[in-house]
Amino acid sequence: MTNTLGRPDFAVIAGWVEPGHRVLDLGCGDGSLLKLLIEQKGVRGWGVEIDDANILAAIRNGINVIQGNLEHGLTGFADQAFDHVVLSRTLQTVRHTQGILGEMLRVGREAVVSFPNFAYWKNRQAVLNGRMPVSEDLPYEWYDSPNVRFFTLLDFEALCAEMGIVIRERQVLDERGRIVTEEPNFLGSLAVYRVTRGR
Amino acid sequence: MAGQNQGVGQVEAQRAHFATPLALRSGGVIPEYDLVYETYGQLNAAKSNAILVCHALSGHHHVAGHYADQPDNVGWWDNIVGPGRPLDTDRFFIVGVNNLGGCHGSTGPSSINPATGKPWGADFPMVAVIDWVKAQARLADQLGIDAWAAVMGGSLGGMQALRWSITFPERVRHAIIVAAAPKLSAQNIAFNDVARQAILTDPDFHGGHYYEHNTRPVRGLRLARMLGHITYLSDDQMGEKFGRELRNGAFSFGFDVEFEIESYLRYQGDKFAGYFDANTYLLMTKALDYFDPAREDNGDLTATLARSRAGFLVISFSTDWRFTPARSKEIVHALLARGRDVSYAEIDLNFGHDSFLMADPHYHAVVGSYLARITL
Repeated sequence: MTNTLGRPDFAVIAGWVEPGHRVLDLGCGDGSLLKLLIEQKGVRGWGVEIDDANILAAIRNGINVIQGNLEHGLTGFADQAFDHVVLSRTLQTVRHTQGILGEMLRVGREAVVSFPNFAYWKNRQAVLNGRMPVSEDLPYEWYDSPNVRFFTLLDFEALCAEMGIVIRERQVLDERGRIVTEEPNFLGSLAVYRVTRGR
Repeated sequence: MAGQNQGVGQVEAQRAHFATPLALRSGGVIPEYDLVYETYGQLNAAKSNAILVCHALSGHHHVAGHYADQPDNVGWWDNIVGPGRPLDTDRFFIVGVNNLGGCHGSTGPSSINPATGKPWGADFPMVAVIDWVKAQARLADQLGIDAWAAVMGGSLGGMQALRWSITFPERVRHAIIVAAAPKLSAQNIAFNDVARQAILTDPDFHGGHYYEHNTRPVRGLRLARMLGHITYLSDDQMGEKFGRELRNGAFSFGFDVEFEIESYLRYQGDKFAGYFDANTYLLMTKALDYFDPAREDNGDLTATLARSRAGFLVISFSTDWRFTPARSKEIVHALLARGRDVSYAEIDLNFGHDSFLMADPHYHAVVGSYLARITL
């Protein structure tokens, strides 16, 4: 489930889509991102959600939403049917990391992935102090976290290289949603990537 | 829904006559015909608030409310239609119609064939889903409805909604397809054929002309319904509801009713065989078997649905093994491939295929929320 309040990554994603583009938002929650992209950028949108309450909320928001479990991939979705496939703050909750990344780039021309950076300095500090980090972008206690994969900007980029995925753009944000340019793997709390298949 | 829980109250069936012949998918022609229908709520001045509710195998036009002289005869989908209910009659004008070939007042095998002066019986031409939709479109013409705000149905009713969106794309603004499939599987057809064989081999069937013999193939129809009922329920639900319970607490080592499930199925079979017409049952199951709109596009459902212009809400049920969620998703994925507006909900309910008739709060909220956002 996604937190829909104060989402600085939404603005980054909005900057990467064009009017008329088809956007698929995986783990779309109540459809807030799609609603924003439809209203502000004129895209056409669809969401995928597993949770009943979110399905209902998205329908109430007038958003196309498909109930499904991302752990089962995007079976049945046609190849290259979307311009962008978004996975916003959800990659860390999916067990089949490579599977979902591969599926995103099968059904979409581009994938947009945002995730909390485990190597953010405050997270490092928390671990050095002997505790698992709890922060703006990692807001859960270790015992109730939906997150099952903990990784950093460098880890993600290494995986992309291994999978032949090309990083087209990257935007890194601090806890307050401000853009980070220096030492992103240390000063960045949340990363947003725009990736495609290598040709 | 919550609160007063008042339905549409007292309703009356109406009859429309169509004097223009209808050419059928099978090559046959119905020279003239009647359709019986009911309406609930008020058609607005722009005639933009009409919803057509299509019925399934054994359904009819009496969707909601009750008759003045039959207060216990409540419509088959009453729980979803009414003021404040998902199909809100304060906002929408709801139409239920008994399909051609039916046995609840519309022209069907038990009607008189004008050419012979006798009941049609087995001579009634084979009707397909597309024929029903064309007949319904003529009723819409009579009612002055150019485009439905929504066409909706469960099971075979959902297939009519799908067919509407393909055959009359400009006349369907939204299609709500519940517990349906884009075509039947071999297993689905197999069950239908066993049901038909039960009727066709009943000595009282008389080749479909049993009306003239003052009899009815009650045994065959009863078996057909018993078999059908097994496929409408989930294994879990059957287990929970009946288990291995014995009516008299001990084995009686005979063939009379012993297990509660036997009692239930025989009761359902007897009840159904008491009022339903066997020829109609045969026609309806064949219409199911033949349904395959993608056949027009060499099996490419994506190409077929590309002709639709409607927004879609597709709903399936977790325990439905007659038309599983995977079958509904075939429709969803074909629509997604062409960038159509579609939402899909998979409802966790324990009643198998029959779940679509249940008043589950989440299920009804999904339907109600979708309809609430339709602009009129």
